[in-house]
Amino acid sequence: MTLEIVLFVIFALVCLVSGILMVTRVNPVISALFLVVNFGSLAGLYLTLNAQFIAVAQVIIYAGAIMVFFLFVIMLINPEHEKRFLEYKPQLKIFAVAIAVLVFLQIAYIILFSKPSEGVSREVAASVKAGTIEQIGRELFTKYVLPFEAVGYLLLSAAIGALVLAKKKFK
Amino acid sequence: MLNNIQEFYNILPLIIIGGLILVSLIIEMYSESSEKILPWLSIIGFLFVGIYSLVEVGRTSIVLQNMLATGGVVNIFWLIFNITAAIVCLLSINYIKKYGAYYGEYYIIIQTSVLGMMLMAGAKDLIVIFLGLEVMSISFYVLAGFNRNRSSANEASLKYFLLGAFATGFLVYGIALIYGKATTTSIDAISLNFSALSGNVLFLTGVLLFLIGFSFKIAAFPFHMWVPDVYQGSPTTVAGLFSTAGKAAGFSALIVTFAALFGGPHGHLFTPYLSAIAVFSMLFGSIVAIMQTDIKRMLAYSSIAHAGYMLIGLASGNIDGVAGIIFYLAAYSFMNLAAFGIVSILEGKEETNLDLDSYAGLGTRSPFIAGLFALIMFALAGIPPFAGFFGKYYVFIAAIKSDLTWLAMVGILSSMISVYFYLRLVVIMYFKSSETEDKVSYTASEIIAVVIAVVFVIILGLAPGSFIDLVTKFL
Repeated sequence: MTLEIVLFVIFALVCLVSGILMVTRVNPVISALFLVVNFGSLAGLYLTLNAQFIAVAQVIIYAGAIMVFFLFVIMLINPEHEKRFLEYKPQLKIFAVAIAVLVFLQIAYIILFSKPSEGVSREVAASVKAGTIEQIGRELFTKYVLPFEAVGYLLLSAAIGALVLAKKKFK
Repeated sequence: MLNNIQEFYNILPLIIIGGLILVSLIIEMYSESSEKILPWLSIIGFLFVGIYSLVEVGRTSIVLQNMLATGGVVNIFWLIFNITAAIVCLLSINYIKKYGAYYGEYYIIIQTSVLGMMLMAGAKDLIVIFLGLEVMSISFYVLAGFNRNRSSANEASLKYFLLGAFATGFLVYGIALIYGKATTTSIDAISLNFSALSGNVLFLTGVLLFLIGFSFKIAAFPFHMWVPDVYQGSPTTVAGLFSTAGKAAGFSALIVTFAALFGGPHGHLFTPYLSAIAVFSMLFGSIVAIMQTDIKRMLAYSSIAHAGYMLIGLASGNIDGVAGIIFYLAAYSFMNLAAFGIVSILEGKEETNLDLDSYAGLGTRSPFIAGLFALIMFALAGIPPFAGFFGKYYVFIAAIKSDLTWLAMVGILSSMISVYFYLRLVVIMYFKSSETEDKVSYTASEIIAVVIAVVFVIILGLAPGSFIDLVTKFL
């Protein structure tokens, strides 16, 4: 067994176990902490796929920023309310299970029955090069410059909107 | 990266709107009189960009590494969005004071929403469509909840946000599946290889999810649930923007993605789905609108029905249908803007006077406004010689050319049903006596905005051919 496979198995097991523990915990804070573990192991999986930049972004943005945000939200709202909501309408759980099964079946279909796309290079050197920050930066400022600017305006409008809706007082 | 100066001129409309947003932000921060400056600055900016797009309509090009198309149909859409937004700003100057909530951000967010629409109409790549849609939608969620003191506005904003995010989920999932098979997000490359790709189940699922995501945005049955509540809860002028420019943007994205297939062997691939939601939207919208007592809810259901008529053009899958939709969108934008404009003029403080009965006796109280409103109702009902009639005429003709005569028949049936609730309002205005004798007070800017919209409705009705010729030249 090569090191790559050993690493993959370790990260995949951590990912699966933390995912299961996340949805089965009663206390939402513990669920959120297991989600952090899940994000961390996903970052490891990205690394084994030669996607260094995505792995780093996953750790900084998801495991860092977004999880801090999640924890704040959980602390600020009262989680007891949410629990009562599900007890009040248990049939909602059926929808959740149905959608999860549907998505699972679809991914299983993709993995088992589709061929790898022809357009994607399968050479290791090429995939290492495509994952570097220099390459991503170059693509971002040449080929994808319009989407890049559009994302800038998307964040600007979201920031202005959040301020408008959350500002304390009217003029 | 731009290759030459001509490309810069071609994307100048986007650059101007983008710059306008930043300049408006700075004015709002530092100027004491931003309340007076911003609306007029926005109006001038929108009008300039609209007219510039019309002048440069002949310069078709694809710029920025195949990400964006300019000229032709794209510029016609840019014209529609910008003129619509300019009229909305003109209507808002007085309305927003009556509404009791002024922020300079109101105009800035209208500008960002227009930027998003313009990106959608010009997109040559699924990423650009998605980003444009998100820029527009996020601006719309904020605009819907602008009056935070009212719980109905909060409800509208939250409902719109949750359902809109849900629809975006469909859309992104669809795009992911399309990319998984096609290994590209370029719309041209996907359309070229469509025959090879269309045998794949996952690819077709992706395209269908993409269509479903946009069915939410254009408010078609069965994805219309948010429309009445959002239109009722949000400011009337903003509801006017949602129902005109927002709908036009949704259709523009559908047209840029599907128009390349029309006329080819796969032009009718999605006709069953599209004609099904067209039929249900038309009939559901028209029938439920009859039972409404609130004018904004009535216009909301009528907007669902109009989405159905426009979908007929898409279902017919030929170039005439596309041209018909673009004409219909232009006509509908001006009709609906005028209708929402008049509603916003008549609306009292604290969202009163929105009942249908509060329009009683308007014919004697304010003959001018009643006359304009009656004209708009005739136009919306599709009575010639106004623009609404020719919009329906062109999409029905396109359907008949594609052997979808039954679909056109359902459309005609639904138009006949809709005549009832449009003309009922005219009857209430002229033949029902009112309890009050109050004259309607309005400011010059509001009435000018409504009159401009009505003039466009009449011009498009009297000379529909010139607009259709302009559109078909570029298809």
